[in-house]
Amino acid sequence: MITAIAFYTFAAILLVSATMVISSRNPVHAVLFLILAFFNAAALFLIAGAEFLAMTLVIVYVGAVAVLFLFVVMMLDVDRAKLREGVQRYAPLGITVGLVLLIELAIVLTGWTFAPDMMTLRFAPIDPAVHNTHQLGRLIYTDYVYLFQTAGLVLFVAMIGAIVLTLRDKGVGVRPSRHQNIARQIARMPAETLAMVEIVAGAPTQAFLKPLVVETVAAEHGHDDHHPGHGGH
Amino acid sequence: MLFAVAVFAPLLGSVIALLLGRAIGDRACQAVTIGCMALASVCGVTAFVTLVYGGGSPGVVSLGDWIQAGSFHTQWALRYDTLSAVMVAMVTFIATLIHIYSIGYMSHDRSIWRFFSYLSLFTFAMLMLVTADNLLQLFFGWEGVGLASYLLIGFWYDRPKACAAAMKAFIVNRVGDLGFAVGIALVYATFGSIDFTTIFAAVPAHQGDMYQVFDVSWRSFEVIGVLLFIGAMGKSAQLGLHVWLPDAMEGPTPVSALIHAATMVTAGVFLMARMSPLLDFAPGALEIVTIVGASTALFAATVGCVQTDIKRIIAYSTCSQLGYMFIAAGVGAYQASMFHLLTHAFFKALLFLGAGSVIHAMSDEQDIRRMGGIWKLIPLTYAVMWIGNLALSGIPPFAGYFSKDAILEAAWASHAGYAHYGFWCGLVAAFLTAFYSWRLLILTFHGKPRADAHTMAHVHESPAVMTVPLILLAIGAVVTGFAFAEQMLGHDWMAFWGASIQLNPANQVLHEMHDVPELVALAPTVLGGLGIALAYLFYMFAPGIPAFLGTRFGAVHRFLLNKWYFDELYGAVIVRPLMGLARTLWIVADAQIIDGMPNGVAGLTADGAEQIVKVQTGSIAHYAFAMLIGVVFLVTVYLFIR
Amino acid sequence: MTIIIPGTGATDMEIGLGHFLAVSAMLLVLGIFGIFLNRKNVIIILMGVELILLAVNLNLVAFSQALGDLSGQVFALFILTVAAAEAAIGLAIVVIHFRNRGSIEIDDVKLMKG
Repeated sequence: MITAIAFYTFAAILLVSATMVISSRNPVHAVLFLILAFFNAAALFLIAGAEFLAMTLVIVYVGAVAVLFLFVVMMLDVDRAKLREGVQRYAPLGITVGLVLLIELAIVLTGWTFAPDMMTLRFAPIDPAVHNTHQLGRLIYTDYVYLFQTAGLVLFVAMIGAIVLTLRDKGVGVRPSRHQNIARQIARMPAETLAMVEIVAGAPTQAFLKPLVVETVAAEHGHDDHHPGHGGH
Repeated sequence: MLFAVAVFAPLLGSVIALLLGRAIGDRACQAVTIGCMALASVCGVTAFVTLVYGGGSPGVVSLGDWIQAGSFHTQWALRYDTLSAVMVAMVTFIATLIHIYSIGYMSHDRSIWRFFSYLSLFTFAMLMLVTADNLLQLFFGWEGVGLASYLLIGFWYDRPKACAAAMKAFIVNRVGDLGFAVGIALVYATFGSIDFTTIFAAVPAHQGDMYQVFDVSWRSFEVIGVLLFIGAMGKSAQLGLHVWLPDAMEGPTPVSALIHAATMVTAGVFLMARMSPLLDFAPGALEIVTIVGASTALFAATVGCVQTDIKRIIAYSTCSQLGYMFIAAGVGAYQASMFHLLTHAFFKALLFLGAGSVIHAMSDEQDIRRMGGIWKLIPLTYAVMWIGNLALSGIPPFAGYFSKDAILEAAWASHAGYAHYGFWCGLVAAFLTAFYSWRLLILTFHGKPRADAHTMAHVHESPAVMTVPLILLAIGAVVTGFAFAEQMLGHDWMAFWGASIQLNPANQVLHEMHDVPELVALAPTVLGGLGIALAYLFYMFAPGIPAFLGTRFGAVHRFLLNKWYFDELYGAVIVRPLMGLARTLWIVADAQIIDGMPNGVAGLTADGAEQIVKVQTGSIAHYAFAMLIGVVFLVTVYLFIR
Repeated sequence: MTIIIPGTGATDMEIGLGHFLAVSAMLLVLGIFGIFLNRKNVIIILMGVELILLAVNLNLVAFSQALGDLSGQVFALFILTVAAAEAAIGLAIVVIHFRNRGSIEIDDVKLMKG
């Protein structure tokens, strides 16, 4: 009975927050509702007995992905007034297609049966005596080890991809690269960086460091002015 | 073996000249082609002498299989008998002389190597034609000479008239070739083979064969004979399909001499002789042959009397002489037609080359109205032209006398009713021939010079390389008559021709022609003499008469001058309607309908693509929507159709 | 068909597979609506995609439990991985698109037209 109440509660919150995700005018709100939806989905996972997955969902999605969304939404500073326009333009068609799909899924829901020999077709039967995480770990490190490695590779590639896409490195010269310029480091002479200063005892300390390359800094500023996305100026 | 060398040496020369012509230069080309031709000539004459006098036996030189399809079997083979040996010897000999003559005549041309290559190619094709052992190989040579003729007539391809003449020759020949091709097909249908040996052996067995077409029965031999004769008409320029020959004079003069006098145009006559074992059993076809041949002889002679272009006059005389040969073939005297072919080859080549020498001397002038008074300046040419014209007019003892007399005697002696038409036409033509020959001679060489002083100052005898062939041909024009008359036409003709000409046992014309009345035998010579006398009267002593006749009978004169309006008739009845039809088909059927289909499909595709491309908005929202529609569609399919 | 709660052994709960499937179907349709009703913001669309993937995961987990087969959860785990990667890349693209074009409106994303 408790389970039923819990299920209905979490399911209701899940669906409501999902609705809010797609209907919210403010993207920040949408992301927050998405986080809420993830939490409730995790609760449903728990009810279904997938404890490890539930925790993963919370950690990965709420902790990483949703926060990433939040970061992006806040960083991009999208004009909210503009977002409101034209929302309803394609709504009738979208709603029609969506409803058709929903009806079809309902039809599926009402009219299906398990295969007679479905119990024998199971690949990895759940053993009630063993803990879910333990069992899952045993499975993915044995039977699914290659897929598991591949999944890691996918994440790795995605990470590199995201970095490559967003790294602001517009060539050498105009803007100082974040890359290490080894030749320049080696060729650097003490005279370029060190200034011998006569410190007079008792006299106030003066600023004695000068900007190393003045022209480069100026060029950097000039370039940034052309960048529409950089709101900070 | 000698025989094969004679046939293929010209091909070798031609290929070398054609492929390496630019690389090895004109001199080398001339050396190679003439060397090959001389070799062929020696081999050809040797083969002929060996066969006829040296006791050689006729046979077939097999070269390999050509086509084997079901019951149809053809092979490359050279038929070595008197008929082909005579032709090979004659063709190689005259072709060699003309090659040599061309060195001088074409010395100022830009592409000498091409000319010599074509000449040799033509000779090879002609040799294939005469040595063929089956009708298909004969057809191969037949088309080969047609091709070479086209190339040589249009040799000066930068002259529009030459190109038009080349096309005319080719297209008119196609008309005849259609008949020939159908004839070959019917031969195969009747005899089940196209090998001469098989056909001739089976002739008696198929005597009664009939074709049923729309409830009308045709005797198969007659149909085949007529169809083969249609082919011969095209190649040999007989009345109706003769229109190409005068125009073909646009080619260089050696070409006219080689192709349009000595060899190619005689292919039709040769075909008649070759197929004599079959034709002799087709009296209906022979009647048509005689009538057409006789009409051609008379027609061409009348036209020749009024032409003014020196080469065209000779071309019409060729046409006329070919008519004689067909008269002979039509009355069953194939030997006489072959004999006339042989003598004619010599004196007509002589006349053409002499005319070439005149043209050469007159700075490329061809109109006899602008010649005259040059006989002292080019005496050698004048002399050989005399010999040629005497031979042509049938004055004894020159070659033409023997052959032309034999033809007219045979026509008289023949029992067939139509033969007398041939005889009388031939007789009148003999008179006209002598007349226009001397008209040509007098207008060209005698009288006051009518050319301008500049041209006259340049009149000169041709170089030795041109005159030596003229002298050799002149000797041929004198001796071939009495040298071969008795052998080819005498009572022992069987010994000479062997099995190459087989006649209907009922055909005794060759025996009977020796028994014709004296008057008949004398008539051509007498009429020839009268023609000469008349020409002297008209053009030497009373030049006013032709002019008076020309105005008095203006209509007749114009009729003859315009060649009986054949070109105009064909232009109105065939050429222009066909051109109109072709133009209509081009503009409507080809450009609009045929081209319209692919162009329409292409346009439809392009337009359709232009419309479809609008689906690709580039907006990812639309793509996402399309994906979703796909998902819904798939779910629907799995749900309801599974 | 019943849901077995690990540890309790209770089998007479009235929450069945059908309940989970119904919830996930509705979640899926909501995600699709998110893609379509929002024409102005790419980020909302990405969130819609996340919702759709969540619905799929819910399905897999529910079936896994109903059949007593752990493979479904392994599958869900991998989907989670791919979804995370997708979110990272997608957001990176959104960021650079915004940087270059100054907008993340759907209707402005038309660069795919040839």
